[in-house]
Amino acid sequence: MTRSHVAALTRRRLLAGAAATASLLAAPAVVRGQGAPLKVGVLLPRSGAQAGIGQDCWRGVEIAPSILKDLKLPEFAVMNGDTETSVDVARSRAEKLISDGAQILVGAFDSGQSSAIAQVAEQKGIPFVINIAAAPPITEQGYKFVFRNFPTAPMILGDAFANQKELFEATGTAPKSVVFMHVNDTFGTAMAQGIGGVMPRFNMPYKIADTISYDPTARDLSVEVAKAKATGAEALLMVSRLNDAILLTRELVKQRWSPMAVLSMGPGWYEDQYIKTLGKLSDGPLSFVPWYDPNKRLSKILEAALAKAHPGVNLNTNHIYTFEALLVAADAYKRAGSADPKALADAIRQTNITDNVSIGPGIQFDQKGQNDKLKNAGIQNRGGKLVTVAPKAASNAKPDLPMTPYDKRA
Amino acid sequence: MPAEIYLNVAVSGLLTGLVYGLMALGLSVIFGVVRVVNFAHGEMMTIAMYLAIVLFAAFRLDPLVMMVPIAGVLFALGYAMQAGLISPFINRPEHMQFMLLVAVAMIIVNTLLILFGPDARNVQTSYAFDSFAVGPLIVDATKVYAGGAAIVAASALFAFFRRARIGTAIRACADNYTGALVVGLDVKRLYALTFGLGAACVGAAGSMLVLLVDVTPALGPSYTLLAFVIVITGGLGSMPGALLGGVLIGFTEALAGLLFTPSAKSMFAFAILVLVLLFRPQGLLGKKVA
Repeated sequence: MTRSHVAALTRRRLLAGAAATASLLAAPAVVRGQGAPLKVGVLLPRSGAQAGIGQDCWRGVEIAPSILKDLKLPEFAVMNGDTETSVDVARSRAEKLISDGAQILVGAFDSGQSSAIAQVAEQKGIPFVINIAAAPPITEQGYKFVFRNFPTAPMILGDAFANQKELFEATGTAPKSVVFMHVNDTFGTAMAQGIGGVMPRFNMPYKIADTISYDPTARDLSVEVAKAKATGAEALLMVSRLNDAILLTRELVKQRWSPMAVLSMGPGWYEDQYIKTLGKLSDGPLSFVPWYDPNKRLSKILEAALAKAHPGVNLNTNHIYTFEALLVAADAYKRAGSADPKALADAIRQTNITDNVSIGPGIQFDQKGQNDKLKNAGIQNRGGKLVTVAPKAASNAKPDLPMTPYDKRA
Repeated sequence: MPAEIYLNVAVSGLLTGLVYGLMALGLSVIFGVVRVVNFAHGEMMTIAMYLAIVLFAAFRLDPLVMMVPIAGVLFALGYAMQAGLISPFINRPEHMQFMLLVAVAMIIVNTLLILFGPDARNVQTSYAFDSFAVGPLIVDATKVYAGGAAIVAASALFAFFRRARIGTAIRACADNYTGALVVGLDVKRLYALTFGLGAACVGAAGSMLVLLVDVTPALGPSYTLLAFVIVITGGLGSMPGALLGGVLIGFTEALAGLLFTPSAKSMFAFAILVLVLLFRPQGLLGKKVA
């Protein structure tokens, strides 16, 4: 009897032990997720042609932990992945971060790089929250693990034209013709493809005199500016990056051409490096881009945090959307109560953050993983600062149009 | 399109091409004599560009004024590289030389990344935004200065190889390696001097280019490639060929951007390279190898 009792007890114990071990091995992420910091793989172009912007996005990562802590959100551990401004490197870095234990990916500023990372994330079943990338196809693939809190190219274009019209009406000034210049990368091409479909809906006061595409890594843009100037257009409609925006401005000055307005629908012209490099010459361009509502509570907190960490640096799209991507990740982790990728993805899908920074009602994702409620703003460089001039509901300054000619500046 | 636009763009391309030519001249000089292809050429130029930036930031020294001292520093670097690092590889297979110089290039890029970070840097001289207006022609002042300095630097190098005794000795080494040894020339030293001179050309070109483009550590490889395109077009080992190639590439890129689409302007530079390789493999001014 004793022997039988011992045998039965041993069998039960063995079975119970085996079951416990199996469940431990089967769900390591779940077990580790409880209370442990979330491992976030942050992929950004921190070297190469987009390094300036990648580094700027990184500032959004740096200021996030203390703010998220104040919001009572769980801790996260950042795993750094430099995409080197290369699609291939972005893909391999994403794979490396996942194999090193990243439980969620965030990034990657660029549409081409983000598309490559999205493929890896979907294949490996790891959630990927895009901070900045506008090419529409990324969220049109039926991905289950890819989420984008950033407007698509048509959304940017639609808001840009609406905000431009608002400014033209407010100032009583509008160009009759523009030259559309755009970079020929994934983002620039998506914007160029979208403009034909979106612009006619807005009955804009100007015609596009010519379209000039160029390489964002070009060493010299004198030919492009000469060609644009030769059209006799009154303004520039731009989709650019940072280095080329600086090069273009230099060429505008050297070739003695002061357009009535520079209407940008992408990065470059509002970046801190653009302002620092060009000083007075950086004043005037209008950027119609995803931005922040300066009147929101969290915007003020973010502004203060950035001013403390990086004095003299203006809060911009790069910081805002990188911060918000981390906010989405931390919020989902808190609600999921686990770092299990599927639980995290499900939690992200249910996101409803109204205490946020970007313009619009907040952060929610549709069935495709796209935040389709984001609104964009019109901002202007003014004395080394950035002011919001449109839409009126989210503005903090009046527009200055036409911009002061380059040769009339001190 | 108004005719003056073509003239403006052509002059701009010509001036930029002169600076490209000076950069490629260094590559051509090194290959013509030492018979080593410097795969770290563009990366060495970024060293010169960063030197110019540091000197400008610290002492407000104009890169054009500092062209000679920077060329001197690069000469010393090139001399030391040839004497201490490349010399043992001279008689080794070409793939070993290739690997060595690619490794040097990678070390330079990553060292610059560590020292300066990835952000683009530039110098803002008082004339950075100036231009000259000659009738309808508007010419970028910086390009005029850089192009002029390139002509002076290239002329000095040509004169050195034609007039100076050491220059003649270097040419003798290039013409007949064994003969140079037989007559008692110190070939190792002459090779080091040649590599130094090639590096000095790159140093001078870097001092000028920093006025025209922003520099990042990642800039080097694209200029190495550009230098190759230029010297192969002009003729590998031919000094006038390198200058001609530079001007031709600069000019072609500029006009192609104007006449066709700017996105494709580099394509035309490579198209010229392909045509040259097809119909004149030795390059425009290169000597046909028997």
